[in-house]
Amino acid sequence: MEIIQLLLNGFLVALEPMNLFLVIVGCAVGLFIGAMPGLGSVNGVAILLPVTFIVPPTSAIIFLAAIYYGAMYGGAVSSIMLGIPGASTAVATTFDGRPMAVQGRADVALVAAAVASFTGGTVSVILFTAFAPPLAHVALAFGSAEEFALMLLAFGTFIGLGGDDIPKTFFSILIGLVLSAVGLDVISGQPRLIFGDIPGFFHGINFLVLAIGIYGIGEILWTIESSRGEVQVSKAEVSVKRILSALKEMVGCIKSMIMGSFVGYFVGLLPAAGATPGSIMAYGFAKTMSKNPDSYGKGNIDGVAAPESANNAASTGSMLPMLTLGIPGSPTTAILLGGMVIWGLEPGPRLFVDQTEFVWGLIASLYVANLFALLLNIAFIPLFIWVLKLPFTILAPVIFVLCVVGGYAPTQDLHDVWLMLLFGISGYLMRKLDYPMAPMVLAIVLGPLAESSLRQSLLLSEGSLMVFIERPISGPIVAVAMLLFLLPVFKAIKKKRAAGKEPEDGSQG
Amino acid sequence: MRLAELMMAVVLAIFSAYLMWKSAELPIGWIPGEGPGGGAFPFWLAAGMLLSALWILVRAIRGITPQSRSSEPYFDSQSAVLIGLVIGALVLMVGSIHLVGVYGAIPLFFVFYMKIVGRHSWLQTTAFAIGAPVVTFFFFEILLHITLPKGFTEPLFYPLYDIFM
Repeated sequence: MEIIQLLLNGFLVALEPMNLFLVIVGCAVGLFIGAMPGLGSVNGVAILLPVTFIVPPTSAIIFLAAIYYGAMYGGAVSSIMLGIPGASTAVATTFDGRPMAVQGRADVALVAAAVASFTGGTVSVILFTAFAPPLAHVALAFGSAEEFALMLLAFGTFIGLGGDDIPKTFFSILIGLVLSAVGLDVISGQPRLIFGDIPGFFHGINFLVLAIGIYGIGEILWTIESSRGEVQVSKAEVSVKRILSALKEMVGCIKSMIMGSFVGYFVGLLPAAGATPGSIMAYGFAKTMSKNPDSYGKGNIDGVAAPESANNAASTGSMLPMLTLGIPGSPTTAILLGGMVIWGLEPGPRLFVDQTEFVWGLIASLYVANLFALLLNIAFIPLFIWVLKLPFTILAPVIFVLCVVGGYAPTQDLHDVWLMLLFGISGYLMRKLDYPMAPMVLAIVLGPLAESSLRQSLLLSEGSLMVFIERPISGPIVAVAMLLFLLPVFKAIKKKRAAGKEPEDGSQG
Repeated sequence: MRLAELMMAVVLAIFSAYLMWKSAELPIGWIPGEGPGGGAFPFWLAAGMLLSALWILVRAIRGITPQSRSSEPYFDSQSAVLIGLVIGALVLMVGSIHLVGVYGAIPLFFVFYMKIVGRHSWLQTTAFAIGAPVVTFFFFEILLHITLPKGFTEPLFYPLYDIFM
């Protein structure tokens, strides 16, 4: 009961006129920053952090939380509209969001993303309020072995359920992981894979460079070729009636939204995991549990709802280790943590006792920000649809310019823009031969985490791989991942038996 | 298509081997007290890439994948010209950023793309060629404080910095 009282007080703080104003401005700014390919919540929060030093800490964090939420929504916008993930957290949203937009259902996908994000935010705030302290303990039990097991599971879902050519999927995952290893080796600090001694490789290959290259440049080249450069991207329409019917359609997605919220929240709790693996796993789970897994990747509304609810739930979840333990769960929370230290607030277990107004003000403002982001997002849908209806010979150069500027902005290095162009063109050539591109982008996102968790586990176990199987949590996760890896083999055997005449068929599953 | 499939597999196999060799610049074995060497993770993954590429090659030679049975050309002449034109324009745009900066390259790219590829009216083309850099300037340089490369046009922006920053 005491917690509810505290939460209500938090709402009173969040609804003060000044704070409410900051929430609305923050959501709107965040929405646009998130919708830019190349810029995500991290950039928004980082860039506007200094602005917050002129207001009291509680208002400051409310403003940043609003930017955070706005940017999470915005990331989905560019995923759906342009097929370019605006941030790593929105990678999984492109898988079905983009096909929906191509089919002329961009408005439905946008509504789905907004409603799912709202659901994710709501569920996670309830979970946060009710189970904050015990969950922090469970998350702490997750060591490096468990994290690596989760990574295996994420890749396993792609092999087992991807439906693409198996060796090509393997290749795609592996090249993504190798590219993620470029730069300085985290443990020894030595430079590695510095191609041609070009200094630009020292800071590694940012996943955005690959993602914008493949989904921006490569995707547009693909569209230009298949449409001869003439047609519109999608025959989108929008009306109040369509939005209302889209809202009704969302009722059918309740299961995947709730599932996504729980998965996202829990993965978000894990220190150093955050919203990106959360949304990817939620997508995998939704696909696994679906009666019709083949429709995923072709414009299934659940494929938008699950990852979007998960990434918002995870963003609330990742606040928990930051506040209680001082361990940020995502790059964005790391910056928030930096802000808190500057504001003179010390993260740690005492924060919940000493700074109740701040903690619950933050939680409540996350909730208020969530609501405003939903409203703003739905209000902006006609604008987004209007952009989609521009002729493709106008839209294509606009997207190319966005890609170039967006590829430059995060590191401010033209080297990355060239690399992005290279990835875009080679990705396009590979895609023409049915090499799946999504696993590569996921692998470069998850690569650094996979490597450090693998190396830490092996260090602790002195090189024995048994550590992944013996531990009570990682063991079962690894077992499920292995099953997924072997699934295509079982399918192939079954198919062979069923159709004895056709000895081998390339496209298993 | 069959030739492209085979060539892609060969190119990717060679690239994988190169990555293995490149990774081996760092220790790939077990270092006592430190765990696996810095090169081990990319080395073994690149080895996996090589195996996958060879697997793809074998399947392509045996004609298992749909692409390796297809006799359609990888590019037909019409799309080859179009794609070549677009890629060329992109390379020129990024290249010209080094010289004339973003605010020179963006208008040129818009004029080329909208006029030559899209055949839009001069009014529309000019509107985008001027509007896009203006919006870019206000969003990135003023709102977000991200300076974009300007090449030799840098001094032209000093008065704008004075007004807005």
